[in-house]
Amino acid sequence: MVGIITYGAYIPKYRIKTEEIARVWGGDGPAIARGLGVYEKSLPDMDEDTITIAVEAARAALARRSIDPQDIGAIYVGSESHPYAVKPSAVTVGEAIMATPIMTAADYEFACKAGTAAIQTTMGLTKSNMIKYGLAIGADIAQGEPGDALEYTAAAGGVAFVIGNDSPIADINLTASYSSDTPDFWRREGLPFPRHGGRFTGEPGYFKHILAGSHLMFEKAGTKASDYDYAIFHQPNAKFAQNVAKTLGFTPEQIKPGLCVPYLGNTYSGASIIGLAATLDIAKPGDRIFVTSYGSGAGSDSFDITVTDMIESEEFCRDAAPTVEQLLATKKIVDYAVYAKHKGKIVVMR
Amino acid sequence: MSVPRFWREQQNRYNLIGTHCTTCNTYYYPPRILCPKCRREGKVVEHQFKGTGTVVTYSIIRSASDQFNDLTPYVIAIIELDEGTRLTSQVICEIDEMYIGMPVKRVFRRLGEDGESGPIFYGTKFVPA
Repeated sequence: MVGIITYGAYIPKYRIKTEEIARVWGGDGPAIARGLGVYEKSLPDMDEDTITIAVEAARAALARRSIDPQDIGAIYVGSESHPYAVKPSAVTVGEAIMATPIMTAADYEFACKAGTAAIQTTMGLTKSNMIKYGLAIGADIAQGEPGDALEYTAAAGGVAFVIGNDSPIADINLTASYSSDTPDFWRREGLPFPRHGGRFTGEPGYFKHILAGSHLMFEKAGTKASDYDYAIFHQPNAKFAQNVAKTLGFTPEQIKPGLCVPYLGNTYSGASIIGLAATLDIAKPGDRIFVTSYGSGAGSDSFDITVTDMIESEEFCRDAAPTVEQLLATKKIVDYAVYAKHKGKIVVMR
Repeated sequence: MSVPRFWREQQNRYNLIGTHCTTCNTYYYPPRILCPKCRREGKVVEHQFKGTGTVVTYSIIRSASDQFNDLTPYVIAIIELDEGTRLTSQVICEIDEMYIGMPVKRVFRRLGEDGESGPIFYGTKFVPA
């Protein structure tokens, strides 16, 4: 069955606290942190971007399992912060893991769900035996305008999944999607920061699409929330993910391992699938995992996953790459001035 | 750096591809097509370095050229790779944590860019292992 052959994550080491951002803009830091359920967020180093994060995540995945990179027949990188407007991130990733040249590649953009769209594409290509393995990546150095609500959560990080049919560590039993033209969040061509519809992003965007996609999955699989050991939802903040999980009947214990946003922030295209990586870090054979991503604009992708015995086999070494928990623990807190420099928010005219 | 020149050396920079003279067991990075020790007797083959090594010596750069000014202060080190050859690279770490003999490993980072509209150059730097 088609599934996850291996996976790897990467989070830059720098963090800024929600209270520090609030201090600069005159907000009530503790109240904002409590309200969002986000206490700190990651930011990239001066020489990191979506491509470097994607490469590090892909190399972590390949470190965990010995597969020939030349057997990777497709690479898709989902992000809304590709370094180039025209020139694919995916080919640089392919070159950096020595998977080129006999492969197809493209960049995806669907706000925060481009990474799960990449997983679905590689599922189709591998399930139909067009390729042996596909590499699906979700990575971002998310943008948030200074002083905007998004600035409290927009973070950096990424995760890579090798998808294939050959003894997966987790079977992807089913996938379902729900999409509509909903203008809840967007960034126009050439502009540096996105805009959002304020409260409009909640009910008609996030909640409608995640609930519809999740119910579609329940119907397809003939399951209910209690049939799963773990659940992961897109996490623009902790409150949205906790509320949608509760509405669907999941308990706080089921979502706990995959709720990374409180000390990571929203890594946009990486957000829900970093939660999946964190859950796979602790999963045991037989565990059943429910995942629903969300991308503004808008759409959701839902997955029903069962962890196999391969996750504890000699062929797969979880310890060969850092876990999400270890990546989150490796951090250096910076102030707003350093954050602004790292994010290119200080423009120097030379 | 010109686009064709960077492209020609891309695999060397991305994946630490050098060469190995199997006659005298000497490794070269950047790659040499002729072994200076063995000359015509040398058999030189492509080799991908593991990407781990040790800092031999280093310098802290506080005054850099315009392109690297935003990175200051940063560390440039001579690193001896485990296979035996040496190269010069930036080591990404706090400057007060740097020491000779530090074990390091490769990471993939931006090396620079040709202005706002030019190409972005990627390659290998090192971090504490």
